[in-house]
Amino acid sequence: MDDALWAFARVSGLVDMVLLTGSVLLGILTRSGRPLPALPRVSLMLLHRNISLLAVVFLVFHVAPLLLDAYARVNLVDVVVPFLGSYKAFWQGLGTVALDLMAAVVATGLLRHRLGRRTFRAVHWLSYAMWPLALAHSVGNGTDATSAPAVAAAVVLCVAVLAAAAWRVSAGFLETADARRGGARRDWGRP
Amino acid sequence: MSAAIATEPLAGAPSGRPAGSRLFAAGAAAGHAAHLAAYGPVPRHGRDWSLAQELEASGLTGRGGAGFSAWRKFAAVDRARRPARYAGRAGRSVLIANGAEGEPLSFKDATLLHNAPHLVIDGLLAAAEALGAGSLFIYAGAARLPALAAALAERSDARHIALLEAPDAFVAGQSSAVVSFLETGRALPRDVAGRLADGGFQGRPTLVHNVETWAHIALVARYGAGWFRAEGTAEDPGTRLVSVTGDVPSEVVLEVPGGSRLDGVLASAGVAGDAVSAVLVGGYHGRWVRPSGVVLGGGGVPGGGPESGSVRPGAGVVHVLARGRCGLAATARMVEYLAGQSARQCGPCMFGLPALAGAMERLAAGRGGPELVREVGRLSGLVAGRGACHHPDGTVQLVGSALETFADDVRWHLAGQCQETGGAL
Amino acid sequence: MSVAGPAARLHIDWTMCDGRGLCTELLPEALTRDDWGYPLAAPGRVRARADASNVPLTGAELGAAVDAVKLCPLLALRITGP
Repeated sequence: MDDALWAFARVSGLVDMVLLTGSVLLGILTRSGRPLPALPRVSLMLLHRNISLLAVVFLVFHVAPLLLDAYARVNLVDVVVPFLGSYKAFWQGLGTVALDLMAAVVATGLLRHRLGRRTFRAVHWLSYAMWPLALAHSVGNGTDATSAPAVAAAVVLCVAVLAAAAWRVSAGFLETADARRGGARRDWGRP
Repeated sequence: MSAAIATEPLAGAPSGRPAGSRLFAAGAAAGHAAHLAAYGPVPRHGRDWSLAQELEASGLTGRGGAGFSAWRKFAAVDRARRPARYAGRAGRSVLIANGAEGEPLSFKDATLLHNAPHLVIDGLLAAAEALGAGSLFIYAGAARLPALAAALAERSDARHIALLEAPDAFVAGQSSAVVSFLETGRALPRDVAGRLADGGFQGRPTLVHNVETWAHIALVARYGAGWFRAEGTAEDPGTRLVSVTGDVPSEVVLEVPGGSRLDGVLASAGVAGDAVSAVLVGGYHGRWVRPSGVVLGGGGVPGGGPESGSVRPGAGVVHVLARGRCGLAATARMVEYLAGQSARQCGPCMFGLPALAGAMERLAAGRGGPELVREVGRLSGLVAGRGACHHPDGTVQLVGSALETFADDVRWHLAGQCQETGGAL
Repeated sequence: MSVAGPAARLHIDWTMCDGRGLCTELLPEALTRDDWGYPLAAPGRVRARADASNVPLTGAELGAAVDAVKLCPLLALRITGP
């Protein structure tokens, strides 16, 4: 039973890392204002939101079994307060920080109409801290993180997010960047 | 800029009340004693007297630019405020005298604050009593504040009026920018869905008037609506200050009755009619007109243009363009200035005004064909009405009036000539 | 717009709007985009220039307008009375 829980927690963690990466990439794409050929902006926005919420579900799947698992010896306090764990306290603590950040980002995302744009945006920026923390946690805590497939997966996720971040800070990032710099007049056409 | 005062002789002032200039009757840089000597004490009114009713009967309109009815704003705050016994001081209405005068061609507010600060103060105090106001402010440029502070210190009834230093920016005088400045220290216009009367500074009912409007309110409170209407016309009662600038012998502030003929105003400022090509009325957000036969006023006529024979005085600017000077070039410079004065909050203004300025610059330089005129019209349509404040609208009004008034010049420019300056472009 | 007038209006707070284009996707009949990507009332929608910040909506567009208000990344939209 404990083995099954342990395995479920690990797989959920891996899936969650992929979902988080997807959420970050979609968030950056959404911020650019650019649609994809098959997906209009509204769909991208909803996809970004739903994948993020799915990431929360998988985070629960990742953490809940550890609470039930007598061997892992994780309690509720460890889930939210970092660096108290008994097993690889540092690497687990990074995961805890990432969880806290994710909770803040998701909660302010859901409440943004009430909180206002400033709070929402300020907290949402924490996503850029959350993602590397989550990745470091999965690499540092992972039972077989040094295996070739795990390393390859981590490298792929890293390259994807770094490339997206580089695009994010580039001059032509916004869909409207060229038009607003006084470039050729653009016919936006019917969306 | 100089603060010379010249005044039109005003006929028909009832005896015992100031004849001649209404707003400058106490003379230059009047102290409180001179002020009281000229205007007398504020009379004690009976129970059935109400400032709101007097203002309504007076027909006074705002002197800051928009020309909105003063009593409507007053009544809106009156309705929105809670009875004083239910509201603590912090919940009561807020009155602001706006002397920011961001319009570069205007200096009538500075002149008024310098010479007749006590009228502005009286206006605020009269309304504060009527509205049970909790906070009073005078908002003006740094150069005005020492004299205002001295005026406030001269009297015992005005200690609670606070002075605010207005930033030197075109949009700093927009009423929502004034409220923003009070709350955040930054004079940026904001999106006002409702009226400031229903929720301005800290959500309190807020009444922002131009300083000249407050001075007129002080006089209406003293002498009544009938006296106020003894000058001006039925549509545009009372007097107003105008800053006469541009190609004039000397720049002056005049006090003129509503409905004055523009050529008469120019003559009072010493400008010979045949030396004038066009006049910009209302300032950078105003309209170009040929002065002949045009009447200044028509306060109640929305968008009253030269075709109706009257032009709205806006911020009270009468800016003269002499013969031999190119109106399109002058307008292009103004639009460029206005584009630079965008608060850069609203996209259509931030990007549209520079595009409009570029098109006007090309038109002034004669670079382009008829499509350039269409482009100016198209850009005007993209900018107008699409901002939190009226900065884009005012700019579009200036451009539109230039294309109308200087229509002949536009044709010459597109052919590579300027008939005013008499040369090739 | 029908003879009965608009069902509601979509108010655009220009101090917030960044022209990300979601509202123009959701309300293609009511909105286009200007040169710089900001939402622009479709031709014929707005009579007076002063109304350009309050775009009239038909009853059929109300649902999409509510979505636009919810999804606007800048919280720049609001539905107001007709």
